[in-house]
Amino acid sequence: MPLEAHIKEHPAWFHRFDALWTPTVLIMDAGGVERLRIEGYLPKNWFRARLEMGLGRVAFMHKKWAEAEKIYTGVAESHADTAVAAEAIYWRGVSKYKATNDHTVLGEVIIELGAKYPDNEWTLKGLPWAH
Amino acid sequence: MLVNWSKDVEAALAEAKAQNKPLLIDFSAAPA
Repeated sequence: MPLEAHIKEHPAWFHRFDALWTPTVLIMDAGGVERLRIEGYLPKNWFRARLEMGLGRVAFMHKKWAEAEKIYTGVAESHADTAVAAEAIYWRGVSKYKATNDHTVLGEVIIELGAKYPDNEWTLKGLPWAH
Repeated sequence: MLVNWSKDVEAALAEAKAQNKPLLIDFSAAPA
């Protein structure tokens, strides 16, 4: 569900949602809680990947682990040429771990991240999972 | 694909809640 807020038409909304820069895009869950914020322009495919990450975050925060894992898998596979894919692999692993409590999942995640995105921030975040 | 943008924040929040769907808000300063 999309809502457009232009600075000249709805300045109060900028204040209400702490939008201090444009473009800013928020993904809110159905309860009106912010789950993702994108500030600044992105190329189309990166933007699409970020939006999908927002949907993944909505599912994750509502503990819908299987749905989150599916969304993150989609990002990792469809947007593998973006750095967002590394973040998707990270959260896909966390979603799977949350669903199973199988910590070996996280070890597999860091191996995949190291192989595919060795310099990515999310690979660094996964380093404690390396055995 | 044509996007049907809402321009009423309260209505959009209420509809998102009623339909149990996420809401995207695009804050812009781009010329119309």
